[in-house]
Amino acid sequence: MKIAIPVDEKDLGTNVCVSFGRAPYFLIYETETEESTFIDNSALTNPGGAGIKAAQIMVDNQVSALLTPRCGENASKVLQSAGIKIFKTTSASVKENIDASKDGTLPLLEDIHAGFHGHGGD
Amino acid sequence: MRIAVLSGKGGTGKTLVSVNLAAAAQDAVYIDCDVEEPNGHLFFKPQHVQEEEITSKVPVVDDTYCNGCRKCVDFCRFNALAYTNDRLIVFDEICHSCGGCVMLCPEKALTEQDKVIGKVQRGMSGSLKIHTGILNTGEASGVPIIKNLLAGIKDIPHSTVVIDCPPGSACIVMESIRDADYCLLVAEPTLFGVHNLAMVYDLVKLFDKPFGVVLNKCLEGENPAEVFCLDRDIKILSRIPFSNDLGLLTSNAEIAVRKDEKYKEVFSSLLDVVIKEVHCEATPHP
Repeated sequence: MKIAIPVDEKDLGTNVCVSFGRAPYFLIYETETEESTFIDNSALTNPGGAGIKAAQIMVDNQVSALLTPRCGENASKVLQSAGIKIFKTTSASVKENIDASKDGTLPLLEDIHAGFHGHGGD
Repeated sequence: MRIAVLSGKGGTGKTLVSVNLAAAAQDAVYIDCDVEEPNGHLFFKPQHVQEEEITSKVPVVDDTYCNGCRKCVDFCRFNALAYTNDRLIVFDEICHSCGGCVMLCPEKALTEQDKVIGKVQRGMSGSLKIHTGILNTGEASGVPIIKNLLAGIKDIPHSTVVIDCPPGSACIVMESIRDADYCLLVAEPTLFGVHNLAMVYDLVKLFDKPFGVVLNKCLEGENPAEVFCLDRDIKILSRIPFSNDLGLLTSNAEIAVRKDEKYKEVFSSLLDVVIKEVHCEATPHP
């Protein structure tokens, strides 16, 4: 199964990005093959609705689970509609979160925030 | 004559200047285009208020026709559409009502529907007409409300129209100053204030509008907003002191020109200066 993490750099040693919609890159990790790929987040510079677009990218990459420190309600609506599970990252390290995900110790993300609509500049 | 009052930053004194300028004029229309937080009505307390609902268009999908081509999703630069699990999701509150998705849909699965986004109130305060735009919380854009507020203002004869603009320099401000004869930029003496003054300065230059600056909250000592103006040969039309009595009047929702001769003089002369400036601009230069 494919898991995705918003990240700051295109490097396995990178940290989890504090934002989902405005993360510069996503790490897509295939749990069976242990293969990692980095994709650019084309929503990064969008004037609005970045969370929705980022969630669409998750859907289009057939991701099964998203590991993220936070997620807004619009993004969450798209992800849930596609059956993508949202887990809360528990540390800054990408590697630790992947391991925790494999062990099944990551909690589901429950505090979906109301978003920052209109505060990204119209 | 249509005077737009704007400032890059909120809390600079747009409403103070707009309200008092309208009150200083004998016959005026005050239009509150600060639709996210209109507060001119708190001062004017208009009577005989009539309300009109304002709508904008949002797309509605008919799932039986949608074939998932995603042309609409890829087109929308505000990301108001997503396609997952063989279904199109529309986020109304993000939609800017451009209508592009409806035009592009090859299956005609999208249609436009009216959605109420706010209202316009029109009332009287003595001899003044008071118009207020109110955008519902969470809506993407107040532009349709401002369009309604300002429709036909070019046809109002002999009257002073004061347009109290929203803060910033984005679409809703551009819409608010579009038909203005003159722009008054209100600035406060802080570095943040100067940064935002520079934004609206660029905007009025881009729109090729005649303009001048009102320095509000003036204190003794250096005023960075004044320095900004002097460096660029920008006309300073008025200096309003940072005073306790003006602050007190305003916080009690009193109109300073109706309460204090000193402020009546300040805003009447500002109005005179603006009228002169507009006439001067209207005279063809050889």
